[in-house]
Amino acid sequence: MDLAYTEAEEEFRGRLREWLAAVLPGLTAKPPPDDWPARRAYDTTWQRMLYDAGYAGLHWPVDAGGQGATPTQHLIFLEETERAGAPYVGANFVGLLHAGPTIAAEGTAGQRARWLPPVLRGEEIWCQGFSEPDAGSDLAALRTRAVRDGDDYVVTGQKIWTSHAEVADWCELLVRTDPDAPKHRGISWLAMPMDAPGITVRPLRTLAGSTEFAEVFLDEVRVPASCRVGAENDGWRVTMVTLSFERGTAFVGEVVACRRTLEALADEARRTGRWDDPVLRRRLGRLNAQFRALWRLTQANVSESQRTGGVPGVGGSVFKLRYSGLRQELCEAAAEVLGAADAFDLDRDEVLDRLSSLSYTIAAGTSQIQRDIVAERILGLPKGR
Amino acid sequence: MDFQLSDDQRALRSGMRDLLGAVFGPGRLRAAVERDGVLDRSLWRELGAAGFFALRLPEDAGGVGLGLPEAVLLFEETGRALLPGPLVATHLAAGRVEGAAEGEAVVTAVDADLPVAHLAEADAVLVGAEPLAGEPLTGEALRAFVAAARPVRSMDPLTPLHRAPAGTAAAAGRVSAAEGSRAASERTRADTRRAPAATERTPAHAGRFHCEATLLTAAEQLGSAVRTTEAAVQHAGSRQQFGSPIGSFQAVKHLCADMLARTEPARAAVYAAAVTGDPVEIAAAKLLADEAAVRNARDCLQIHGGMGFTWEADVHLHLKRAWIRAASWLSGAGAEELLAADLGAAGRLRRSSTAYGRRAPEAGGGG
Ligand SMILES: Cc1cc2nc3c(=O)[nH]c(=O)nc-3n(C[C@H](O)[C@H](O)[C@H](O)COP(=O)(O)OP(=O)(O)OC[C@H]3O[C@@H](n4cnc5c(N)ncnc54)[C@H](O)[C@@H]3O)c2cc1C
Repeated sequence: MDLAYTEAEEEFRGRLREWLAAVLPGLTAKPPPDDWPARRAYDTTWQRMLYDAGYAGLHWPVDAGGQGATPTQHLIFLEETERAGAPYVGANFVGLLHAGPTIAAEGTAGQRARWLPPVLRGEEIWCQGFSEPDAGSDLAALRTRAVRDGDDYVVTGQKIWTSHAEVADWCELLVRTDPDAPKHRGISWLAMPMDAPGITVRPLRTLAGSTEFAEVFLDEVRVPASCRVGAENDGWRVTMVTLSFERGTAFVGEVVACRRTLEALADEARRTGRWDDPVLRRRLGRLNAQFRALWRLTQANVSESQRTGGVPGVGGSVFKLRYSGLRQELCEAAAEVLGAADAFDLDRDEVLDRLSSLSYTIAAGTSQIQRDIVAERILGLPKGR
Repeated sequence: MDFQLSDDQRALRSGMRDLLGAVFGPGRLRAAVERDGVLDRSLWRELGAAGFFALRLPEDAGGVGLGLPEAVLLFEETGRALLPGPLVATHLAAGRVEGAAEGEAVVTAVDADLPVAHLAEADAVLVGAEPLAGEPLTGEALRAFVAAARPVRSMDPLTPLHRAPAGTAAAAGRVSAAEGSRAASERTRADTRRAPAATERTPAHAGRFHCEATLLTAAEQLGSAVRTTEAAVQHAGSRQQFGSPIGSFQAVKHLCADMLARTEPARAAVYAAAVTGDPVEIAAAKLLADEAAVRNARDCLQIHGGMGFTWEADVHLHLKRAWIRAASWLSGAGAEELLAADLGAAGRLRRSSTAYGRRAPEAGGGG
């Protein structure tokens, strides 16, 4: 057990810090949440800067256009960018964290060459069309149909909760290609161009007031068969690769951010005198322990994947389960630190965070589904009711 | 960075598990319960011979020459096995109290107002704010101390307890919740721009003995939490009701998942604290390990149904022990105050000088 970083790792951190210090002051101000073209531009500009500096796709394999960095270097990257206040991956999330890694793992050489470089350069944005009105937690119940017609699939159906659909160029789409097969065996994974005829995107307003996701209606959309990643009807397995990426590494930066928030809350509480309330103080102290432990757990998970050289495993579910609940507790504590005078003011970041945090126990697999995964796949309990 | 057990550490842990399986199986555990926790001296000597107490003494002093991370792995195993005795105090007394390293002596300690464990059979008692700096009670002084102490009808059949004579608790010098809270609110009003020396108030907890006792106790809690999770999963997978294993019912399954989700962060916290030796990290480890041990034992009890409420099932032994350990060395309230004081600019000022021992040269962790 060694928590010290190697000289090479520290050198990497040092170079990254220097670069961040040099470029971050030159960034334009963050655009407002509802200005999607500006958000896209902001997020892709940042991705392009990372690309030019050699930080894009840091941990992706070299033959996928990545830098082939170790999991530890990737951890350092996520930690340092967050600490420096660099932009969040934003609209690049699906391309960098779901669709990209899936294509890198399962795509042909031609598919990798077509789709990965534009993601890394910040030229193309992806969205994730998995959930449907009747297929949420039970994702494999999805019904969007794809019928083969010559060199194309003709796709008809409806997706929902599709984040960033308004600005996406591509959608990683799960479709049913064999309605007669058992539900997990008749699904295929397609890359759908979002400008194809027959696609209608209708933005949905979240409880935070902005339009973070959308309904996507598909009416006989033609998608070339060459856009299928993996074999026909093998999409469920291909998808599981994606989901393990999503649950494994998506929250590293956020744990660092939570720890920073906690520090700031303590300073704020001391300034306002709320610190004299032992109940609040101890609550913050307990959160300090929790987030410190999550950080250490992250380091343990990263070290494990460094050793096994594998994709993050089901252990990500333990992390996601714990993290999502604690993030909500942190937001509750923040509201208490703010006090009644400020806790309802949407111009305060903490207030928006409190609203956003409500989705963490739902998106990317609800906490109930995470508990099923932990109990069945890690602890080996029987499937059942 | 490689935050995984080394091969040697894995071997050490499994060696300890094998040893305890051989010398302290279910029969010996039950025998210990029926003896009201009175120690088995030959077992104590076996532990000594295996190097359990002398683990961290240098090799030229007859020790094993290993460090806190290895000690934590061994205490995780003793917690798992419910091994009775003042293991932490005797381990910490090795090299200072004659016979402790070899398992010839049983050494217990006075810890604030908590009744003293295994006092009647102790060969030495550690007292005072930094017990290893002063003289332990032995011989005549010890006999007088024991004579003045009053036995408590202990809730835990594996931990006989005595109330220490009046006056000794105060000398034990643990940071109490009240004290910690005073420290934290003093810092509230303290001008954070003042020189570090002026805002300095090192918690008593930061002393080496208390830090290590706290950490090793947390390691025992971790082992207990791991064990009750296993026992719950095992029972949930085999007990049938309504024609199915109860573990196929989500209400039960989710209790088990939450047990693991409490245990794994606690494990990361305990192991990291053993590597850094940082007092704040140790406080975090204790807080989370206490919570994992107590709550997992309760969930395990619930999952066992009526069987969980019996003397015969082991789960009550885990719960009672976990309750006592949670009150040992650093309480939840004390830990929370310490962790609160660590936060923000005021925490950073204080930080540099309270750490004892080696600090891992680590830039990470966002603070
Ligand atoms: C902010 C946000 C962004 C999202 N972005 C995307 C995206 O980009 N692309 C995409 O495809 N999807 C996206 N989603 C959808 C998300 O994956 C689903 O909301 C989620 O999987 C839950 O599905 P559902 O909403 O249909 O709820 P349901 O599945 O209907 O669940 C409702 C409730 O029932 C519980 N429940 C359901 N099944 C079980 C069970 N077997 N056992 C116990 N409890 C159960 C759930 O835990 C939940 O509490 C997003 C969601 C949110 C909130």
